[in-house]
Amino acid sequence: MSDHDDDLDLISPLRRKLLTGLAATPFMGLSQISLAATYPTAAVNTTRLAVTDTEVTVGQLHSATGTMAISETGSIQAERLAIDQINAMGGVLGRKIKIIQEDGASDWPNFAEKAKKLLVKDKVAAVFGCWTSASRKAVLPVFEKENGMLYYPTFYEGLEQSKNVIYTGQEATQQIIWGLDWVNKEKKAKTFFLIGSDYIWPRTSNKIARKHIEAHLNAKVVGEEYYPLGHTNFNSLINKIKVAKPDCIYAIVVGGSNVAFYKQMKAAGMTSDKQLLLTISVTEDELLGIGGENCSGFYACMKYFQSLDNGNNKKFVAAFKAKYGPKSVIGDVTQAAYLGPWLWKATVEKAGSFDIDKVAAASPGIEYKEAPEGYVKIHNNHHLWSKARIGQIKLDGQFQIIAESPNLIEPNPFPKGYQ
Amino acid sequence: MTAAEIFNIFAMQGFAGLSLFSVLLLMGLGLAIIFGQMGVINMAHGEFMTIGAYTIFLFSSLTENYAPAFSQHYFLVAILAAFLFAFLVGYLVEFALIQYLYRRPLDTLLATWGLSLGMQQIFRSTFGAKEVSPTLPNWLMGSVTPAAGLDIPINGMFVMALTLFVTGLVFLLLYRSRWGLRVRATVANRAMANATGIDTRKTDRLTFAIGCGIAGVAGAAFTTIGSTGPTSGSLYIVDAFLVVTFGGTASLLGTIASAFGIAQTQSISEFFLTGSMAKVLTLLLVVTILMFRPQGLFAAKIRR
Repeated sequence: MSDHDDDLDLISPLRRKLLTGLAATPFMGLSQISLAATYPTAAVNTTRLAVTDTEVTVGQLHSATGTMAISETGSIQAERLAIDQINAMGGVLGRKIKIIQEDGASDWPNFAEKAKKLLVKDKVAAVFGCWTSASRKAVLPVFEKENGMLYYPTFYEGLEQSKNVIYTGQEATQQIIWGLDWVNKEKKAKTFFLIGSDYIWPRTSNKIARKHIEAHLNAKVVGEEYYPLGHTNFNSLINKIKVAKPDCIYAIVVGGSNVAFYKQMKAAGMTSDKQLLLTISVTEDELLGIGGENCSGFYACMKYFQSLDNGNNKKFVAAFKAKYGPKSVIGDVTQAAYLGPWLWKATVEKAGSFDIDKVAAASPGIEYKEAPEGYVKIHNNHHLWSKARIGQIKLDGQFQIIAESPNLIEPNPFPKGYQ
Repeated sequence: MTAAEIFNIFAMQGFAGLSLFSVLLLMGLGLAIIFGQMGVINMAHGEFMTIGAYTIFLFSSLTENYAPAFSQHYFLVAILAAFLFAFLVGYLVEFALIQYLYRRPLDTLLATWGLSLGMQQIFRSTFGAKEVSPTLPNWLMGSVTPAAGLDIPINGMFVMALTLFVTGLVFLLLYRSRWGLRVRATVANRAMANATGIDTRKTDRLTFAIGCGIAGVAGAAFTTIGSTGPTSGSLYIVDAFLVVTFGGTASLLGTIASAFGIAQTQSISEFFLTGSMAKVLTLLLVVTILMFRPQGLFAAKIRR
């Protein structure tokens, strides 16, 4: 990172000008004119991005069709909401944000192609997108080669860091370790049964969980099981769990399998009054499908819940529901996606430039105090400092927040001793 | 572990196998009629199941909003409706698409695959991309506990009973009704059946529609086990074809035997191995047996 420090010094006069501009915010119209004038296009865009005197173009790259549309729709909506709100406030450096939306269609090579199109043909200043690790891995080489900026919203397995990506979701240790500590200390869990869908995120996460359980909690893992994505028959697994009698089930089942798993748990009499279960893969979005009645009383560890009680979040939830209907719900990733455009705006304003290198260099240390989850800050490793929280599932498909980490947890995408 | 606990696990594991068996059989039945009897490779079979599943969801949300008093009773009516909807769509599809393709099986494969993609997009536009699950009546949830620690899932028993009922009905229809006679005659020798005055075209249409209707019932039953999304059908289609092919096309008994074999292998090996390994083992077994018996477990006696 050291070679970017010079860039930082170079842009600091620009930053001062920006502050002058910001001071004029009460006079909105005035400030816009003065902002755009303070930042002539030639100065804020030296790398021929799609930035004009009045407009800046960004890309949105999610799956609007295919199997992942279920999960990615919330992210698309949240990013749109953030961009609308930013535009209503006057845009970024006096320029309105224009969105070019591309559909990854749940197909990873297609994601890479669309990323290339956005960066090379459309010359977008930033891309908000991707959801699965597979899609991120597919576009990463494109972003690094064509020098683009990606804001990635999903909690993921870690083991990655790039100048060209800002990870607005939690990496694995932020979500796993504190939650396990909590269940061990508060619920006296000494034996764990790990289950997951059979792909990279659950497997890497359970690896970290197992190391933590065995090495730091002096507890035992009594079983570890993986099932193919889309698997819908869990009766044998549930019997196995009954034989192993773990204090706590640690569940990372995703997608449609989730619904089958919890419905069958309930049908087999494994309800929260008899069994402790902690998951990191069930948010309000998944609960729409599972139904609160099938898993009420179980716990989830996330950084954000819709029921979070603070002023920022109340405003965010109200705005989201006003735009997308009173029945819409907001899960952890949806909130993380909402952070993307705001963090990008703050970074561009700090850098005083849309240029990718300057934005990347200015990213560490960027704060966002209006975040619905409370407060976030970008770490040197391009991940976010964030809190972890435990929510208990309620019948109505929302969470009752039970516990919260006292401090922001440092992101550590390459945890030593956990691999 | 005490002896009672071991017995409980055995009983529950046995039930798990039986319940997987009924799920697979229900999936395969409709296809056994369409693919097995008529030889139509219907790639959209999974989507007909999804029609049934969405019907249940539709009924569930309608009763919730307009007639909450019926929330405990809507399910049985909805299953009937699931059959009817899938039947009607099947009838239309046969009329508009399939009837022109009987002599071109590979084109049928492409056409029905296209149909399945189209139907998925219709589901997505109508019901949204998110997976849904209907609010089930209370009597379908939870478990029966005959002894402490022995939980038999009610939804599993329900699917089992439904499978028994549908299978019985299909047998009755196929071997004891005029329609069944016409179908068997058409399958055995189309030209001869035509010559004896059987309207084979009408028989085809009805057969296809009934197969689709049964798929609808299967989809309806699965809402008690899993969720419903626009692409749920693609999860079922592989298993459905596996069951029918392994059992031997044109043999209903084969379908039953194959569903039983696959379910027991899968569920027993799942208990002792990991989930993914169990699937590998099951598929390996199926492939090996099919290598030695390409016609499947039971081959129907048809003059070709």
